[in-house]
Amino acid sequence: MKPTAIPESAAASLAGPETATSEIDVSCRAPLVVFFLSAAGWLLIASGLALICSIQFHSPDFLAGLAWLSYGRAHPAASSAFLYGFCLQSGLGVSLWLLARLGRTRLDYSWLATVGAMSWNLGVAVGVWGILTGDRTGFEALDLPGYATPMVFLGWVLAGIQGALTFHRRRQQTLYVSQWFLLAALFWFAWIYATAQLLLVSFPGRGVAPSVIAWWYAQNLQVVWLWLAGLGAVFYFVPKLSGRPLQNRGLALCAFWFIVVFGGWGGIPHSAPVPAWLPALSTVGSVFSAVALLAVGLSLWKTARQGSRPAAAPEGRALPEAAPATPASAGSLPALSGRGQISEAWPGAAAPGAPEGLPLRFVLFGALAFLIGGGGRVLGSLPPISSVTDLTWFGPAMYQLNAYGFFAMVIFGAVYWIMPRLLGLDFPWAGLGRAHFWLASAGIVLLAAPLAIAGVLEGLKLRGPENAFMEVVKAALPALRVSTLGELFMALGHAAFLANLASLAARFYRLRAVSTFRSWTLDPYKPAEAKP
Amino acid sequence: MNHSRWLLLAAFLSLAGSWFGFVLTPQAQLGRLQPANLLGEPTLYPHARPGLARQGLEVYRANGCAECHTQQVRQSGTVCDVLLSAQGTNQAAVLSAVVQLKPGWSRPEARQWLSTLPRPLLEGLNPAAAAVAVKALNAAGAQAAVAIRPVGPEIARGWGKRRNVARDFLFDSPAALGSQRIGPDLADVGARQPDARWHLRHLYAPGLEVGGSAMPPYRFLFEQRRIVWRPSPDALTLPPGLAPPRGYEVVPKPEAAALAAYLLSLRTDAPLFEAPLSVAAARPEATSTNAPPTNSPAKSNSPSR
Repeated sequence: MKPTAIPESAAASLAGPETATSEIDVSCRAPLVVFFLSAAGWLLIASGLALICSIQFHSPDFLAGLAWLSYGRAHPAASSAFLYGFCLQSGLGVSLWLLARLGRTRLDYSWLATVGAMSWNLGVAVGVWGILTGDRTGFEALDLPGYATPMVFLGWVLAGIQGALTFHRRRQQTLYVSQWFLLAALFWFAWIYATAQLLLVSFPGRGVAPSVIAWWYAQNLQVVWLWLAGLGAVFYFVPKLSGRPLQNRGLALCAFWFIVVFGGWGGIPHSAPVPAWLPALSTVGSVFSAVALLAVGLSLWKTARQGSRPAAAPEGRALPEAAPATPASAGSLPALSGRGQISEAWPGAAAPGAPEGLPLRFVLFGALAFLIGGGGRVLGSLPPISSVTDLTWFGPAMYQLNAYGFFAMVIFGAVYWIMPRLLGLDFPWAGLGRAHFWLASAGIVLLAAPLAIAGVLEGLKLRGPENAFMEVVKAALPALRVSTLGELFMALGHAAFLANLASLAARFYRLRAVSTFRSWTLDPYKPAEAKP
Repeated sequence: MNHSRWLLLAAFLSLAGSWFGFVLTPQAQLGRLQPANLLGEPTLYPHARPGLARQGLEVYRANGCAECHTQQVRQSGTVCDVLLSAQGTNQAAVLSAVVQLKPGWSRPEARQWLSTLPRPLLEGLNPAAAAVAVKALNAAGAQAAVAIRPVGPEIARGWGKRRNVARDFLFDSPAALGSQRIGPDLADVGARQPDARWHLRHLYAPGLEVGGSAMPPYRFLFEQRRIVWRPSPDALTLPPGLAPPRGYEVVPKPEAAALAAYLLSLRTDAPLFEAPLSVAAARPEATSTNAPPTNSPAKSNSPSR
């Protein structure tokens, strides 16, 4: 039960002189700013579309004349924009940064990832537009039409090569657990996306065989990928931001193994018109993946329980690159990025007014939602429960809890930590970040909790054939109204997020433009400008 | 120690495992599925949907109907009924056999009951008990048969005659299984609502046909145009609030006609080996709860035995 720590001998195995963390951050700047800003933009688009969809539940005539904003198109567009535009993109950005930081190496050839990010965004834009014009594929989680695929896939491959190169060139031989998760996630998406595209879109079969493949893809993307990338960040940021070593490496690796081995065996509902062994095996896989939930929960619990240790703990450093991480921009150490006790994530413990610990707050919320959403998903796969909850609001509620409550929240925390370090600037409006946290957490609670309850009630009522279907639908309306409020909160939070990021980037590039302009104008006789 | 190679190999093998299980094997098993004979009949099932209905599936996919409607009828099991179709000549023997099978009945009651055949005599038996009863009745000279009847809340609701199986979707690409029931299940809607005009009016203004419907109207599948010469036979008949101005009519675009044809082609009532069902036992469900009062009784397209 040793806390995970890098043996002192590892320090000797460094291949060369230390690369300063600031240098690593600067090398990540161009691709990551593109990744994070466009991810925030997609998130706002997705939540706007989701809000429209949510309103249509209680007022069906809302925007009824517009084909492209009808529920059946806007809803898949919203979920694709969220999954591909935000989740995968921001997860990729965070992964690249973590791989560079943990490997203590620069992100060389960062133009690869920048080009990849542009290609990815172009693909998602074309794809979301295609869904709105009626070209969706008809497979959930794989709705982007076939003509968007090459750009999306190229984007992933370029950024993935970048990630693999960075990993390969790492100066720290011993791997930290996050690297396992992130590397597997990079590889995972390339495989599942290629398989799904080939078998569902390029050479589609007929009948339900493609539907089974689509369920496999959805499970691997919405559960395995989100878990791998999200937990990779959690296992980095929780020890880092709370200043305690991770307890412990064995539990984290146990979670890793149960996720990769059993995570992919799931997601086929019992109602599916397929041979019975498929849903049965799917249940077995889901139950085994519960071990991963336990391991993560136990690991984080033990990490939180141990006393806070200073960064120079006797066993060594909590993280390979930890050391008192003061970037070169330490002079303006971002106020939004607190370090310290877990309780410091919450206001009150921190100095009033100073938004200490905002990233940690996001990450801890995400870890909690991971446990709740994952537990709900496992319960919902058991036949006695799934006969009630299948095909009701319960499934979307658990999906939102996992994809938004866990993954997106962890990513928010990561971005609030990374962005100031990339640009060497502090967020201009600290209050906006706090507002984002409260709006997002209230939003996801107001979205997921009523829908989960409404789903269980709906399933129980539908068991009695004497309950008219219209009555059951009407009974879910109050929950849907509350969830619309949740969507509204989340959309407002995303506007705050985008405003925060955009203003930070704008400030950075304005400062840089000003200094470049000055250096040109103050030195008009530079040889480079001398015309022959 | 450098774990990275083992890490990649392990991730590869784990993903290959679920790929083998949930991609390759289903592809091999379900991809090879062929049309099969109906239960007890040399009639192949399913047929490819007619051309207009196939176009309708494209409209269904493009407009995301599967976001709110599933096509996955479930059943909790099957039970056997004993169906008595004729008394035969030896009425006394049949009478005593019936009284033996129905211990609560007196002879006059049984005679009264036997006067209007065919009727199901026993309901909800297991296959063995049903076989014993049929044997006893047939030995007495009556014509009795076992009828298989799927049961479950969704069957009782009238959403289908039996559960959905893979073969139902054999010619669909992609199969529109859906994942959530914001609206009713549509696997058998063609049998529940066999009227194309009902579907078109419902698409144009769902509230007209189903009071309090939460379905958004799909008016963009219709066009309002000036009546030239005489009204089109396809024009919708609409109440005053929704009717177009004088001299205009609302007619379905080709997409709406195709969608209606697809909805009419959706049926889950064919008896299959993997989902047995005796057609004669499928009585018109008076308890169909999500259908409007104008709902006509479900007709089966399968020949009765």
